[in-house]
Amino acid sequence: MKARVFVTLKSGVLDPQGKAIGHALDNLGFRAVGEVRQGKIIDIELAEPNREKAAAAVKSMCEKLLANTVIEKYEIELK
Amino acid sequence: MKSAVIVFPASNCDRDAHDAILHVTGTKPHMVWHGDSEVPDVDLIVLPGGFSYGDYLRCGAMAAHSHIMGDVRRKAEQGVAVLGICNGFQTLTEAHLLPGALMRNAGLKFVCREVELVVDESQSAFTRKYSRGERLRFPVAHGEGNFFASDDVLDRLEGEGRVAFRYGEGDNPNGSARNIAGILNEKRNVLGLMPHPERACDPLLGSVSGRAMFQSLLESLS
Amino acid sequence: MTAITPETIRAHGLSAEEFVRIRQLLGRDPNLVELGIFSVMWSEHCSYKSTRAHLRRLPVTGPQVIQGPGENAGVVDIGDGDAVVFKMESHNHPSFIEPYQGAATGVGGIMRDVFTMGARPVAMMNALRFGAPDHPKTRHLVAGVVAGIGGYGNCMGVPTVGGEVNFHPSNNGNILVNAMCVGLARRDRIFKSAAEGAGNPVVYVGSKTGRDGIHGATMASAEFNADSEEKRPTVQVGDPFTEKLLLEACLELMATDAIIAIQDMGAAGLTSSSAEMAGKGGAGIDLDLDRVPQRESGMSAYEMLLSESQERMLIVLKPGREAGAEVIFRKWELDFAVIGMTTDSGRMVVRHKGELVADIPVHALADEAPVYRRPFTARPPASGEIVPAGTADIESVLLQMLGCPDLCSRRWIWQQYDYSVMTDTVQRPGGDAAVLRVNGANKAIAITTDVTPRYCRADPFEGAKQAVAEAWRNLTAVGARPLAVTDNLNFGNPERPETMGEIIRAIDGIAEACRALSFPVVSGNCSLYNETNGEPILPTPAIGGVGLIDDLAQMATIAFKRTGDVLILIGATHGHLGQSLYLREIEHREEGAAPPVDLMVEKRNGDFVRELIRSGRTDTVHDISDGGLLIAVAEMAMAGGMGAELTPGKDATIPILFGEDQARYVVAVAASKAEAVLADATSAGIPALVLGRAGGGALVVQDVLSIPVERLRAAHESWFPAFMSDETRTLLPARDIV
Repeated sequence: MKARVFVTLKSGVLDPQGKAIGHALDNLGFRAVGEVRQGKIIDIELAEPNREKAAAAVKSMCEKLLANTVIEKYEIELK
Repeated sequence: MKSAVIVFPASNCDRDAHDAILHVTGTKPHMVWHGDSEVPDVDLIVLPGGFSYGDYLRCGAMAAHSHIMGDVRRKAEQGVAVLGICNGFQTLTEAHLLPGALMRNAGLKFVCREVELVVDESQSAFTRKYSRGERLRFPVAHGEGNFFASDDVLDRLEGEGRVAFRYGEGDNPNGSARNIAGILNEKRNVLGLMPHPERACDPLLGSVSGRAMFQSLLESLS
Repeated sequence: MTAITPETIRAHGLSAEEFVRIRQLLGRDPNLVELGIFSVMWSEHCSYKSTRAHLRRLPVTGPQVIQGPGENAGVVDIGDGDAVVFKMESHNHPSFIEPYQGAATGVGGIMRDVFTMGARPVAMMNALRFGAPDHPKTRHLVAGVVAGIGGYGNCMGVPTVGGEVNFHPSNNGNILVNAMCVGLARRDRIFKSAAEGAGNPVVYVGSKTGRDGIHGATMASAEFNADSEEKRPTVQVGDPFTEKLLLEACLELMATDAIIAIQDMGAAGLTSSSAEMAGKGGAGIDLDLDRVPQRESGMSAYEMLLSESQERMLIVLKPGREAGAEVIFRKWELDFAVIGMTTDSGRMVVRHKGELVADIPVHALADEAPVYRRPFTARPPASGEIVPAGTADIESVLLQMLGCPDLCSRRWIWQQYDYSVMTDTVQRPGGDAAVLRVNGANKAIAITTDVTPRYCRADPFEGAKQAVAEAWRNLTAVGARPLAVTDNLNFGNPERPETMGEIIRAIDGIAEACRALSFPVVSGNCSLYNETNGEPILPTPAIGGVGLIDDLAQMATIAFKRTGDVLILIGATHGHLGQSLYLREIEHREEGAAPPVDLMVEKRNGDFVRELIRSGRTDTVHDISDGGLLIAVAEMAMAGGMGAELTPGKDATIPILFGEDQARYVVAVAASKAEAVLADATSAGIPALVLGRAGGGALVVQDVLSIPVERLRAAHESWFPAFMSDETRTLLPARDIV
């Protein structure tokens, strides 16, 4: 089983990098760009065939290490 | 005063902290490897600056889960003084020994310079030799020192006298909420701060503002 | 195995003649792996084939020299059993292609060169040359290079304490990123790369090998063209975290006596490290590639031998010491593998999957690399008298020059570098030289990098002399005794006779100046082929100088300190405007002769100034270089936050105030000591002139101008932040764009 974890800043937390990227896109002439938020993708290979168990394990990983839940939120995708 | 400096992979201010403690207090700290399970019996534990685990994932995130941190947490709960400097502060927030988080600098760049620091709280083992409102010169050197916490948490920190240091008005190098540079935990035995007291203990290097912190600890813990 | 065709040979950067020579040395045709090995070992980058014959003219010895050129870095005695270990190296081409990773891996590479010798790196400097500020790529390159240097150096915990930054259109297609690393060691604990003796285990430590930067060394030896974009995958990615662990692990192993020889795997990776170690030790070496730690699956022998994966070292241990060494590297979570053995065969023998993939006499790689005496033409030096065009207003000239790209404050850059980690940085960026205390002692080393490429273009010989003289002068100005230099020779294509002429004359200039100033060359690096579409860079022989301050109580800085101090100009002023910054920035001319350097005068004036510092008669000194006298005084005022009043009288002219005559310093002394200092100068035959006094809040030139120091600062500080304010698209280090 493979898990993909998306970690992004919670809405409401200022994202200066996202702002800078948005500004840069504007400079490049992409006028339709509105707010930009950036984040991380973490791909994990899991030796766990059970989907529910895998989801629980990855959720625990996110809470413990992969995301700092003070400022970040996460989404999990299992493949 | 007995002290220990924890060495994480890619800590890089561990020697500086060792030297400052030795020179200011005359006592030699233990250097403790992150993979050890126990910190020796000490009065002060220092989490030094650096780029533990390369600052990969998030600054301090992996150090907060390293083996030694279990005992650091236990000792902090027992009342042992814990000082986190720069990456050490980041590690303490990641370990939830201090509230809030340290985010990327508002200017998006690493910043190394001297800042004005104002003492906000002198009632602690770390700050008793400073006076409230005293203005200090401290070096900062970090890319992620932008202190963030919810308004509730910030109000509480301020209300309980747990903001130890603030950046001088107009001299905030990283966009920290309410100019906060360093905070104490509830029991006031854990201090985390972004500026480097260990780099401010020698007149040759430009500032001696940091000496009083180690002298405070010596006086409080001996 | 792939057949060797003329195309294959050309693609490896080898000439038909060189291939014939390879066949002679082997007594047969090489296979592809062997061809790859020869191509990197015989590349310009590794073999110095165009410059080696000329580099022999450099002075490389002196009572202070412990190790001259030929090792990973030079080593110089600084007394008390201590030694300073240093080298400067270029990472020009990779930094142009991918500025963040190129600069970062340049920093990592030069640090490995220094800690390979047994030294702990204590300081980094960088000499950077970018294209014109208005060139579309310049901002992106500045942002990436600076972030890369900071990203690597800051993580390593080694302070980056200064350097140089210039902008010039000749660098539009070829930026220069020269990084210098300085380390400290005990003089009896220096480690070298000669793998002497047979039957000793060859150990691989550090990161795993991947397909990074295959043929980087060959790329660094080829002129750029439009196809270079396709070579992008050859850029390596740096991992400062692993390097920091490697540094600590190596120093821990070096505290034992297990090591016979050690060498970092830099350009040409496993190939050059193993061949060079065996060559220097007069040994043979057997390697088994199956034992090499690999990051990717299915790597061929060719890929493994030529990979330039970073943060790797090759160590030859004493037999039986493998287990103890492995414990150390495992503790630091690094790979450790015995991958071979030294032999007495004199051959480099490589096996992969049970097959013999290369078998080459070591001397063929190390000693038989071609040495070329390429044809050269010497362009006559630029000449002609320079008369300033009009009667420019001195005040506006001063403000304009203080804010020009080549003179303005570099604060925007150095605030991104951790210059205060290690708590020994006594003088930070912004002075004449950086000063680093020797940890635990009262002495310090001083470090500088210098070259003025526009002088070298006008006259490679005088320009190279000037580069050495200025480094010597900058060390002197802080009170240091200059000890030795490292050189980083950046030029265009040596196959052009005119460029070859520049290289030869510059080497002669360095040799003459280093000899006259007893300032030997102990390490160095050449970077050739810095040209794009036939447009070469200005000749840029960068000089990194290191000196010693015996007692930190006797040191000078550029900042004015006391109201009433008398300002004395040491050295003669003729008003030399040829190739000056004034001429370029104000009159938009790059003309005239480079300022001549009289090395005897240089030495006499410098020795006098150093003695003033050592005897405690001054603690305020600034050398006069780019921009001339008035710029130097303005820099002293800005650094001290204190003005000065100058009384030049009839000498308040453009040539006198902005000319770039050499061998000059501004010294501030207490009023009570001024007369004695002037008398001493006169009796030593040294021109010395009272300029005025320090004090007040403004820089005043009597009857000419009065500018508040704050206004000088505003002019000086504003250009760089304004220039870089629109770099949002480039300021994200690659690893943060996730």
